[in-house]
Amino acid sequence: MTSSVVTVAYIGAIILFILSLGGLSNPETSRRGNLYGIIGMTIAVLATVLGPRVTAAGIPWIIGAMVVGGGIGLYAARAVQMTQMPELVAIMHSLVGLAACLVGFASYIDTSVAFTGADKVIHEIEIYLGILIGAVTFSGSVVAFGKLSGKIGGKPLLLPARHWLNLIGLLLIIWYGREFVMAKDIAAGMTPLIVMTVVSLLFGIHMVMAIGGADMPVVVSMLNSYSGWAAAATGFMLSNDLLIVTGALVGSSGAILSYIMCRAMNRNFISVIAGGFGTGGGTVVAKADGEPAGEVNPITATETAELLREARNVIIVPGYGMAVAQAQHTVFEITRVLREKGINVRFGIHPVAGRMPGHMNVLLAEAKVPYDIVMEMDEINADFPGTDVSMVIGANDIVNPSAQDDPTSPIAGMPVLEVWKAKTSIVMKRSMASGYAGVDNPLFYKENNRMLFGDAKKMLDEVLGALGK
Amino acid sequence: MPQLIGVPRETFAGEKRVATVPEVVEKLKKLGFGVLVESGAGDLANFGDDTYVAAGAEIVPDAATLWSKADIVFKVRAPSMEEVPLIREGTTLVSFIWPAQNPQLMEALAARKATVLAIDALPRMLSRAQKMDALTSMAGISGYRAVIEAANAFGRFFNGQITAAGKVPPAKVFIAGAGVAGLAAVGTAANLGAIVRANDTRAEVADQVKSLGGEFVKVDYEEEGSGGGGYAKVMSEGFQKAQREMYAKQASEVDIIITTALIPGKPAPKLITADMVKSMKPGSVIVDMAGEQGGNCELTVPGEAVVRHGVTIVGYTDLVSRLAKQSSTLYSSNLFRLAEELCKTKDGLINVNMEDDAIRGLTVIKDGALTWPAPPPKLPVAATQAAKPAMPPPAPKGHGGGGEPMAAGALAAVFGVGALAFLFVGLYAPPAFLGHFTVFVLACFVGYMVVWNVTPSLHTPLMSVTNAISSIIAIGALVQIAPPESGGGRPDELIRWIAIVGIALTSINMFGGFAVTRRMLAMFRK
Repeated sequence: MTSSVVTVAYIGAIILFILSLGGLSNPETSRRGNLYGIIGMTIAVLATVLGPRVTAAGIPWIIGAMVVGGGIGLYAARAVQMTQMPELVAIMHSLVGLAACLVGFASYIDTSVAFTGADKVIHEIEIYLGILIGAVTFSGSVVAFGKLSGKIGGKPLLLPARHWLNLIGLLLIIWYGREFVMAKDIAAGMTPLIVMTVVSLLFGIHMVMAIGGADMPVVVSMLNSYSGWAAAATGFMLSNDLLIVTGALVGSSGAILSYIMCRAMNRNFISVIAGGFGTGGGTVVAKADGEPAGEVNPITATETAELLREARNVIIVPGYGMAVAQAQHTVFEITRVLREKGINVRFGIHPVAGRMPGHMNVLLAEAKVPYDIVMEMDEINADFPGTDVSMVIGANDIVNPSAQDDPTSPIAGMPVLEVWKAKTSIVMKRSMASGYAGVDNPLFYKENNRMLFGDAKKMLDEVLGALGK
Repeated sequence: MPQLIGVPRETFAGEKRVATVPEVVEKLKKLGFGVLVESGAGDLANFGDDTYVAAGAEIVPDAATLWSKADIVFKVRAPSMEEVPLIREGTTLVSFIWPAQNPQLMEALAARKATVLAIDALPRMLSRAQKMDALTSMAGISGYRAVIEAANAFGRFFNGQITAAGKVPPAKVFIAGAGVAGLAAVGTAANLGAIVRANDTRAEVADQVKSLGGEFVKVDYEEEGSGGGGYAKVMSEGFQKAQREMYAKQASEVDIIITTALIPGKPAPKLITADMVKSMKPGSVIVDMAGEQGGNCELTVPGEAVVRHGVTIVGYTDLVSRLAKQSSTLYSSNLFRLAEELCKTKDGLINVNMEDDAIRGLTVIKDGALTWPAPPPKLPVAATQAAKPAMPPPAPKGHGGGGEPMAAGALAAVFGVGALAFLFVGLYAPPAFLGHFTVFVLACFVGYMVVWNVTPSLHTPLMSVTNAISSIIAIGALVQIAPPESGGGRPDELIRWIAIVGIALTSINMFGGFAVTRRMLAMFRK
C-alpha cells in the first residue's frame, strides 16, 4: 500500500469519525454512529499496519499487543455495571494519557527521522507538549477514577497556597522546556523531559484532588477533552493529520461537554478547575443564627403508593442516590405499573445529575425505561405546575429552590428542576444530610413536600409492593 | 397532674358534629392528656359512648359536670349564652368563635376569665398552620356535600352515557367561587362525570380549577380580585356588571349551579338573580352554599330546599353536619394537631405560647384579656434571606452565565488576541507545520458543530465513543514499532517495547470503548 493510499484511507476514517459523532444526535441513529466509528477505526489501523511505515517484522508484535489489550477492553466493557460508567470512562482516559506519554518518549529517542532548524525546535516543542498533556490526563484521570469509585474521598483537598504551587509548577515546566529545546543531544534532553513529566503528573493529581464531588461531571468531561488534545499533540509530533483531526474532534467534544456542565451549575470553568467546591460525606449543615429550619412532613411507603395511584401526572427526578442504591430497575417497575393504570409518568433529568454527563439517561435506559418519556430539564420544567406528584429519588442540589430564591446561596443562579411547583413533591433520602454542595434545602420544609426516609432501593421496593395491592 | 380535655355535646340545633372522635382520643392520651366526653356527644356522628370508653375516655353524664371538671374544652360551635356561665375560670376553650361577628359572646367569655382559641382565627398563610386549618377541612366537606345534594335533587345522570336506548348527555355544572369549597365541588362533580365550569374573581385559581378537571370561565373585565388571606375582595361596579352578564349566560346553559361566594363578615353577594333562575331549564338545581349569610341567589330560603320557576334551590346551612362522621373526624384531627402544638413536651400540660405565630393568631382571649385581632404574623421570608452568609456571593455574570452573547468590547478583544496569535504563527512557523495547523483549526470547528447537535441524553455514550476514538493514538505507536528506515543508532529494542505497551493500552480503549458504547446504545429503546 503506498503512502497516497494510506492518506486516502485516513480521510475516509476521518469522515467516518465525524459521522459517528453526528449519529449521536438521535438515539435512532446512534447505533449506526457507533458502527461508523468502528469501521473508521478498523480502516485507520489496517491502513497504517499495511502501509509503508510498518514493516512485516512488526506485525506479529502488533497482533500480540492488540489481542492482549483488546481482550482486556472487551472484558471490561462486558463486566462493567452501568452505575460504574463514570469510573470506566475515567480510567480509559488515563490509558489514552499514558499512551500519549509513551509515544512521546519513543518519538524523542527515535533517531530515524531527522529534523533541522525550526523544524527541529517545533518537533521538540510538540513532543514536550504531547507528554505534558498526556501526563496531566493520566494522573488526573487516575485520581478521578479513585474519587468516583470511592477509593479516594470526594472531599476537595485544598493545600495551602495551592494556586502558588500550580504557578511554580507552570514556571518549572516552562524553564525545563527551554532547557529541553536547548539540549545538545538526546541524553542531555532526557533530564528536563523526565522532570517535566513528574511535575505534570503531580499537577494532574493536585488539580483533580482539589475538585469536589459535585463538580465530577465537569472533571470527567474535561479529562475527556484533554485526552483528545493529547492525541492531537501526538499528531503534530508525528506529522499525522488523522491524529490531529481525531484529537481535535474529541478535544472540542469534551470542551463543549465541560461548558454545558458548567452552565448547568451556573459556575465558571476557571472556578471549577481552581477547585474547592463541595464536601465529601454530606453533613447536616449547622443552622445559621437560629434560622427556623421549619419542620418536615415524613411519609410512609404505603402513603406514597397511595399518592402515586391517585395521581394523573407524575414526574420522577432521579439523582446520584438512585445510582448508588441501584434502584433504577425498581423505578422502572413502578413506572410500568403506573403507566398500565393510565398515569402519565415522565422523568426529569438535570444535566449534572449523577457523576458524568448523561449518567441518569444511561441508567434509565439500562432499566428499559423508554427514552421518549425521559425529558431534559428545559423540556419539563414548565410542566411541574400541572403535575400531581413529583418524586425526587436521591437528588438534592438539583431540586433546591434556594438557587432561585436566595441570592446569597452558594448555588444561586444554578438552573434547578422546579419540583416544588407540583401539587405534592416526595423526596426520598436516607437522612436530612445536605447534598454535595453542602447547602441546606428549603424544599424539604415546604408544606406540599413529603419526605420518604430510607434507602432508595428498599423504600421503592416497598412502594412497588404497596402499589401492587 | 395531666390536664383533662372535655368534649361536650353540641347544643346548637341541627349540629351533628362532635369535636373529638374516639380515634383521636387515643392520640390525645398519648400526648398525656385525660379525656372526658359528655354522654351522647358523638351519637349523631355515629360514635357511641362505648367506642369512646374503648379508646380510653371517661364518660360524664351531663354538661355541667363536664365543664366543671375539664381544664380544656374542645367544641365545634361557639358556646351558646347558656353554656358560657358553665365555664370555669382558667379553662381553655377551643372552638369556632367568629370574634368579629360575635362581640357579645367575646365579652361574656372574657368575663369568665377563660383562655379562648378560635380555630377560625388561625393565620392560614403560615404553612405550618395548615394541618390545623379546620376552615379548610370543613369547606372541603361542604363543597363535596353540595355536589351530592345537587345530584340528589337533579333528575338525571351526571355523566354522559351511550346506552342501547340512545345517548345521554352529561350534566353541565357551573360553580361560582373557586375557594376551597368551590374546588372540592369542581373535583367531585368532575369525578361524577359532569362537564364542570367554574369562575372566581381571583385569576390565579384558574390553574387549580383546570387541574381538578374543570374549565375556568373568565369574566370579560380586567381587575384582580385577591383580597389577601385566601379570600376574595369586593369588586368594582364595572366588573360586577360584566360578571352578571357572564352569570346570566351560564345560567341559561347549565343544569346545575353551585355558589360558594362569601366575603368574611359581609352579607353574601347576590350573584344569581330571579331572572337568571327563570332562564334556567326546568328541573335544574341551584345549591347555595352561602345560605347562612343570606345566600348568593335572590330566591334562596336559608336552611331549606325550595322549588321556584321549576328550579330546585337548595339553601341548606348544615352541609357539613350532613356528613357528620367525616367532618367530625377531620375537625378532631385538626384539633389534635393543635394539641400537639400546644403540648410540645407531651406531658399532658398545655402551654399557650404567645411567641408562636400560629398560636398567637388563634388566641383571641388570654386569661380573660382580649387579644384579638392578632398582629399579622411575620412571614418566614426574611429569615431565609439572611441565611448563609458563610459563602462569598456568586461571581459576577458574564463568566459562566451562558446564553447572552458577549459584549462587543469583549468580542473585539477576543478577535484581536486571536488575530495576533495567528499572525505570530504565520511569521515564525515553517510551512509543513502550517498545513497541520490548518487541519487542526478546521477540525476543532467541525467538532464544535457536530457535538452541539448531540442530544443531552446521549452524553455518556458520546464520552465513551470519543474515548474509543481517541485511541487513534495507537497509530502513533504503530508507526514506531518497526519502521522501514531503522538502524543508525536507533534503540530499536527499547522503542519496540514502549510501542507494544502503547498499542496494548490503546487497544483496551479501542475495543473496550466501542463495545461499551454499543452496549449502552442498545439499551436506548422507545
